Amino acid sequence: MSRGMMRVLVGAAVILVAVGYLIWGGVQEAIVYFYTPSELQTQGDKAVGKRLRIGGMVEAGSLTKDPETLIMKFRITDGATSVPVRYKGIPPDLFTEGKGAVIEGTWAPGGVFQCDLIMAKHSEDYHPPKAGEEAPSAEILYKSLIKQQGS
Amino acid sequence: MTAQLGNIALWIAFAVALYGAAAAVIGHRRHRSTLLESAYSAVLVHCAVVTVALLCLEYALITSDFSIQYVAFNSSLKYPIWYKIAGLWGALEGSLLLWAWMQAVLAAQVVIMYRRKHRDFIPYVSAVLMGISAFFVSVLLVPANPFAQHFPVPADGRGLNPLLEDTSMLVHPLLLYSGYVGFTVPYAFAMAALITGRLKEEWLFITRRWAVTAWMFLTCGIIYGGWWSYHVLGWGGYWAWDPVENASFMPWLAGTAYIHSVMTQEKRGMLKVWNLTLITLTFALVIFGTFLTRSGILNSVHAFTRGAVGYFFLAFLAVILLSTVSLLSLRADQLKTQGSVDSFLSRESAFLFNNLLLVTFCFTVFLGTIFPLLAEAVRGVKVSVGAPYFNYVAGPIGLGLLFLMGVGSVIPWRGGSWASLRRNLLGPGLAGVAAGCAAFLLGFRGPWVLTTYALAVFVMGVAVQEYYRGIRARRRTAGEGPVQALAQLFIRNRRRYGGFIVHVGFALVAIGIVSSSAFKVEQEGMLKKGEMLQAGKYQVRFDRLTSGEGPTHVKVHGIFTIFNESHEAGEMRPGLRFYPRSNDPIAEVDYWLGLQEDLYVILSSFDRQGAWAVVKVLVNPMVSWIWIGGAIMALGTLIAMLPTRLLSATGAGEKP
Repeated sequence: MSRGMMRVLVGAAVILVAVGYLIWGGVQEAIVYFYTPSELQTQGDKAVGKRLRIGGMVEAGSLTKDPETLIMKFRITDGATSVPVRYKGIPPDLFTEGKGAVIEGTWAPGGVFQCDLIMAKHSEDYHPPKAGEEAPSAEILYKSLIKQQGS
Repeated sequence: MTAQLGNIALWIAFAVALYGAAAAVIGHRRHRSTLLESAYSAVLVHCAVVTVALLCLEYALITSDFSIQYVAFNSSLKYPIWYKIAGLWGALEGSLLLWAWMQAVLAAQVVIMYRRKHRDFIPYVSAVLMGISAFFVSVLLVPANPFAQHFPVPADGRGLNPLLEDTSMLVHPLLLYSGYVGFTVPYAFAMAALITGRLKEEWLFITRRWAVTAWMFLTCGIIYGGWWSYHVLGWGGYWAWDPVENASFMPWLAGTAYIHSVMTQEKRGMLKVWNLTLITLTFALVIFGTFLTRSGILNSVHAFTRGAVGYFFLAFLAVILLSTVSLLSLRADQLKTQGSVDSFLSRESAFLFNNLLLVTFCFTVFLGTIFPLLAEAVRGVKVSVGAPYFNYVAGPIGLGLLFLMGVGSVIPWRGGSWASLRRNLLGPGLAGVAAGCAAFLLGFRGPWVLTTYALAVFVMGVAVQEYYRGIRARRRTAGEGPVQALAQLFIRNRRRYGGFIVHVGFALVAIGIVSSSAFKVEQEGMLKKGEMLQAGKYQVRFDRLTSGEGPTHVKVHGIFTIFNESHEAGEMRPGLRFYPRSNDPIAEVDYWLGLQEDLYVILSSFDRQGAWAVVKVLVNPMVSWIWIGGAIMALGTLIAMLPTRLLSATGAGEKP
């Protein structure tokens, strides 16, 4: 093997290691876990510090808004467990009590979910369900909501 | 009637494609020229029959024949004619029919052009192309039939997804599909080369213009898709690393690697296996991307309906990969590489690194796209990595590519001396450093931003230097004037000089992407009448709401007065469209485009009494550079691939 080839291979190895390291760092940076409120409750303090998405319903009667500070508090529930959430900002139009939402943020040690992104879109499918078609399962709801970031 | 005719046409197309594939191979092997000729006729017949099917669906769309489910779901009486026509590629079944048609036209074109010229390749090339066509038609026959009937016949159709009601819809998918389909020609030739064992550079020379053309369409399609996303989707960005965007970006990366690495094989006889692998990878990624976006396995803004389509594409993907791998192992002894990298500082090693970066880039995008599936399969957790992951990995790799782009195009094949390297890189390098410093002095901050500016200017500097040297040399030796010398450069080495223009375009795109990501200003606020929102140097005042009606929707516009550094600069009218069948309103953004920055205003929501409106104001710096850079890339590619005789009135040939 020529000396040039040797060097190229060394360079290639360096690049591969660097890209591997980049992927690792990128995943660490960007990974978002999807939990239901029950799963979040079970995780407890283990969930602190992770970037999380919680999917569920906005519990009826739990929503309070402060028009001055734009701080909003509500509970998100999956029927079994509900979790308190704090959000600052203007929520999307479709966000209301009793409707589905996926929220993104972090779980604070005090037991309040600090939310910075609310996704309250019902379904990616533009067409309403046909007659006799079942309502979307939780799986589909999850799928339809998970890729809303940025779009 | 139309539906039956369309279905019959598809069945015939399927049978004819299979016949054509078989007859081509058997006719060639057994030296039966009549059989072989019939195979070529089959390719033409296939094209004609698929055209009939396409026209049937188009006819149904234009005449609003809602007895066909596809028309009922994707068209509407309210539509102007061009939306009815574009309904063809507005949803799954129609878009696949369009794809199958383009594939058929391409196969016919290849057979007509080459059947006399490349007699050894063409039987297998047409067999492979007919195989691909048969696959697409089979998808149309079974899981995604565009002619499925619909009962009862509705009075009016549902119409397209409202997001598709835009003129870009007429262009963007056509560009992308042209790119996807175009790559099947080099792929088919690669397979033919493997089957026949004619593994010299011949197939590369035949197909390089095809590959570059396909690459140009794909590039334009992707950039145009960004523009569509920017001005229609109304979230303020142009690229979200959405699975369907990645599905077009991955073949682009592999295809970019391919059109560079073929030069190494042409000049040095190296990388034979690699090139065969890359073109297969490019085509496989097209199919994989289609699988991802058409199967509903991942959700995306472009999600098509779900169904068995995914399995068809997955099975086809397996066929592509397995056949290539077995052919490669069959020909392993003939694929021994001839040349070797003699020197680390050589063009070939730069191409190797460029390829490595492009392919690893492709892999990182692949990994990020399927990450949710992997994590669920391996660890049973629901996770995703969004745009932050992709941005994190894309930055450093992109900068590496920019760097190699500059260096690689000036180091000689087989290696150069340090002295020659210094002579070639000193000027552009200094220009790059100066640009970085100038940007810093002008107040731009951030290591990534400044590095990108420096490298982009370095790449442009290399291009300018090479043009200057080329023209100067011609003026000395041939005594030509500058314009004539430039024309001669294009004529004699259009690939190199067209390539420089592509590189300059890419550098501009890089500047646009980095600037718009780093210096974006985003403000959102709820404004009562007369209140102002500040975003950068702009102030936006909410005046009132108006409402109106479009052909398919009702819309509400907010009227905002814009102040640029306290001077009144005009009025903007972002709106929301409400479609009767959709829960979500669709934003109709308003924007002012500029070289320096775009002002981009989105109406998020409003009070029904008109007392307040929630508005999002974005100042997006230098986004226009992306569109301009994209256009320059397309121009450069055109120059690189134009037939010589078009460029040259004097008949001077291309430099060998």
